[in-house]
Amino acid sequence: MTSETIARPIPPVQYLNAQFRWRWSEIAFWLATLLPPLLTPNYLGLASQIAITGLFALSLDLILGFSGIVSLGHAAYFGIGAYTAGLLSKWGWGEPLSGLLIAAIAAGLFGYLTSFIIARFRHLALIMITLGLGLVLQAAANSAGSITGGFDGLQGVHTWPIFGRIHFDLWGYTAYGYALTGLFLIFLISRRLTHSPFGLALRGIRENGQRMPAIGAPTRRHIRTVYTIAAIIAGIAGAMLTQTTETVSLEALGFQRSADVLVMLILGGTGRLYGGLVGAAVYMIARDQFSGLNPQYWYFWIGLLLIAVVTFLPNGILGGLSLLVGRVKARS
Amino acid sequence: MPPVFGVLFDGVAYGMLLFLLSVGLSVTLGMMNFVNLAHCSFAMLGGYVTVTLMSLFGWPFFATLPAAFAAAAAASVVLERTLFRRFYHANELEQCLLTIGIVFVSIAAAAYFFGTTDQPVQLPAYLHTSINFKGLNLSVYRMFLTGVAVLITLMLVATIEKTRFGAQVRAAVNNQRMARGLGINVDRLFAITFALGSGLAGLGGALAIELVGLDPSFALTYLIYVLIVVSVGGLGSIAGSFAAAMLLGVSDVAGKYYVPATGSFLIYLVMIVLLMLRPSGIFGRR
Repeated sequence: MTSETIARPIPPVQYLNAQFRWRWSEIAFWLATLLPPLLTPNYLGLASQIAITGLFALSLDLILGFSGIVSLGHAAYFGIGAYTAGLLSKWGWGEPLSGLLIAAIAAGLFGYLTSFIIARFRHLALIMITLGLGLVLQAAANSAGSITGGFDGLQGVHTWPIFGRIHFDLWGYTAYGYALTGLFLIFLISRRLTHSPFGLALRGIRENGQRMPAIGAPTRRHIRTVYTIAAIIAGIAGAMLTQTTETVSLEALGFQRSADVLVMLILGGTGRLYGGLVGAAVYMIARDQFSGLNPQYWYFWIGLLLIAVVTFLPNGILGGLSLLVGRVKARS
Repeated sequence: MPPVFGVLFDGVAYGMLLFLLSVGLSVTLGMMNFVNLAHCSFAMLGGYVTVTLMSLFGWPFFATLPAAFAAAAAASVVLERTLFRRFYHANELEQCLLTIGIVFVSIAAAAYFFGTTDQPVQLPAYLHTSINFKGLNLSVYRMFLTGVAVLITLMLVATIEKTRFGAQVRAAVNNQRMARGLGINVDRLFAITFALGSGLAGLGGALAIELVGLDPSFALTYLIYVLIVVSVGGLGSIAGSFAAAMLLGVSDVAGKYYVPATGSFLIYLVMIVLLMLRPSGIFGRR
């Protein structure tokens, strides 16, 4: 593709527009998300969890896949969103949409404050600092057990009907519709974002963080912006999980969740927006199927899978698929 | 004597343990920039070797220590030759993922073979006692641990500073490409250093059982402490690792003694602040 661009330079606006055009496979993907209520109505609880986790993975993709910021503590923002929504509801305000908004603001605020630290580091120091931030928050939530409910979780969370009309039903139709709508809207925003000049600048930072300032790009400001956006999205995902399951516990901001979402994203493929969604679906369906397995042994397979993916499929499932499609196309 | 000396004594012993666990990772990270998150899995392997040899084969505690060292070193050589060496030029994310995968596998394997409960270890009686020194109860085991660690540190420093091998290691840590240019076989050097470092971790794991217990989550729990030591101390710096391990050991024990409510909160906070002030660690160069 690069050689083609060099041979025949196209105007930048045209290039961005061509990238932004919807493909048939994308439309098919989103139509397929409407199938669970029709085909597998018994698994709607799982389906809404997948949509929420996919949203969380999408937020990690924005910073890791598009900007090259490795984070081992992304669950911190998910957890802040989850606890904000949970505490609001516990203190008597269970309206879901305003709850989402307030959770997004809380997570975004924390994301904005920490982004000043994040933007200064790269490589190992960055990994350590994100890990440390996540652990600090986890330890803090653990010590503040009287507010967060500690390991038992927050009791008394109740979500009011959406718009005062649509109740969250026992079967999870509302929950799935709610999570899917949220995922789709935020996906549209992220898609617009990554195909904008700002998105291109982020990819430039990912590819070479030292050369970008040399061509006049405000690298640190870009990193701060995208990190805050990712924190907001993660916070929304956390709030949605609290609202649809009406519970929140320390596990929402633990290291395990940060590691899981990283695994899902890597499994699906980074830097493609869909990678996190596919990875979340594959990971969570597999975990549901093997739920009889002791969690200890579940991680044995996850570990093997990680080793295999990094060794044989460095761009994840979607990367492997696009390689396959490219080969088939080249042959025909 | 006031209890502050007791806290200091325990903290130093704990710090020594952390130093044993982390020094190998620091040197290999400094040399190859290879982020080996599976380092504490080797430590855990050492611990389980000691437990197995003692309970199943009735070996005395002291005889199991070299075995723990050898087993961890051998396992690391096998993994290094087959898996890790393909990833020296990969980015740090891929290295992280590969090695965290190994951590997951090792935790599951340990849980499968040994169960998730704490492993018992029966120390010789004379290590179990404590000496009363001017009103302070000093555990003999902690003294023994500190002694072993000091001995190993001296040996390590002597090796690095005085031998030809040590000079090559220093050269490779300092500038890997230049060292290659001078004809040093950095790959072989790295394999040896990697084995030695993992062996030390295995020894640390065996020595740690009495102090902190041993269960499958060891590989992840102590990984965090080891990473803190390495990143705060500075990559490739033995003195830095030593200082950071002491700092962490003493402040962790003191924190749990004086302000138990905050838990490990303070340690993480101190790490973040230190890294913000000195991103390459206390003794770091890069």
